[in-house]
Amino acid sequence: MFLRLSVAIAALSLLSSAAMAQAAKPSDPQIAHIAYTAGVIDINAAKQALSKASKKEVKAFAQDMVRDHEAVNKQALDLVKKLKVTPEDNDTSKTLSKQAADKLAELKKLQGAEYDKAYVANEVAYHKAVNSALETQLIPSANNAELKSLLQTGLKIFQGHQQHAEQVAASLK
Amino acid sequence: MLSGRRVVLALALAVFAVPAHAATIQIVMQDLVVAPAEVSAKVGDTIEWVNKDVFAHTATARNGDFDVNLPPKKTVTSVLNKAGTVEYYCRFHPNMKAVLKIAP
Repeated sequence: MFLRLSVAIAALSLLSSAAMAQAAKPSDPQIAHIAYTAGVIDINAAKQALSKASKKEVKAFAQDMVRDHEAVNKQALDLVKKLKVTPEDNDTSKTLSKQAADKLAELKKLQGAEYDKAYVANEVAYHKAVNSALETQLIPSANNAELKSLLQTGLKIFQGHQQHAEQVAASLK
Repeated sequence: MLSGRRVVLALALAVFAVPAHAATIQIVMQDLVVAPAEVSAKVGDTIEWVNKDVFAHTATARNGDFDVNLPPKKTVTSVLNKAGTVEYYCRFHPNMKAVLKIAP
C-alpha cells in the first residue's frame, strides 16, 4: 500500500515535470489556469476527506484546506477579471486534473485510519509538488507583477499547508 | 509614628498596584508574515493583532500561554498576563513564526 503510494507520487512528480517541460514557458493565462486548477484539486480532495476522514485533526486540516484554497482562488478570479485575462487550459492543467481524479478514485476505496494516513500523505506530496512547480516554473515565468505577487503569496500559504500536513502526518503515526 | 508608617506602606502598595502605563502594541500579519517578528512587552500590555490577509490565522504560543484566533481582515486584542519569552506561530500556516518577550 505504501509502496504503491510512493510509486504513484514519483509518477506524479515525473509526469508533472514532463508536462511542465513541454510547455517550456507557460503564458500568464496558462499560469492562471494551472494555479486555479491546483487549488480546485486540493479543495476536491478536502471535500472527500470531510466526508471520509475519521480523525478529528484530519477533518480540521481538510476544513483549513477548503477555506484557504477557496480564498486563494477567489483572489485569482478577481485578479484575472481585473486584468481582463481569460485563463487558458493547457497540458499541465490537464495532466494535473487527470492525476487528481485517479488519486481521488484510489483514496475512495480506503477506509478509517488507512484513508486518513493516505489522504494526509498525499497532501504532503501534493503540496510539495505544487510548491516546486510554483518556485521553479510558474513564478519565474509570470510576466504580470500582480499575478507574480499572488503566486508568491500562494507559495507561502502552500508551504504552510505542507508543514501543517507534515505535522498531522506525524500525529497519525 | 505607626500611622505614618502605614501611610508610607499604603503609598508603596498603591504604586505597585498601578502598573506603569500598560501599553498597546500592534502586531500585523500580512502576506503570511508576522511583523515585527520580535516584540518586547510587559505583563498587562495589550496586543492588537491585525490580520490584513484574506486568510484566517492564529497566534498560538508553543508553551500554551495563549491561542488567539485571527479571522481574515480582522483586528483582535488580547492582554498579556504571564511573563516569559514566548515563541508563537500560526496553527494553519506553521511557517509563520514570531517571538514575544514579556517582562514581568
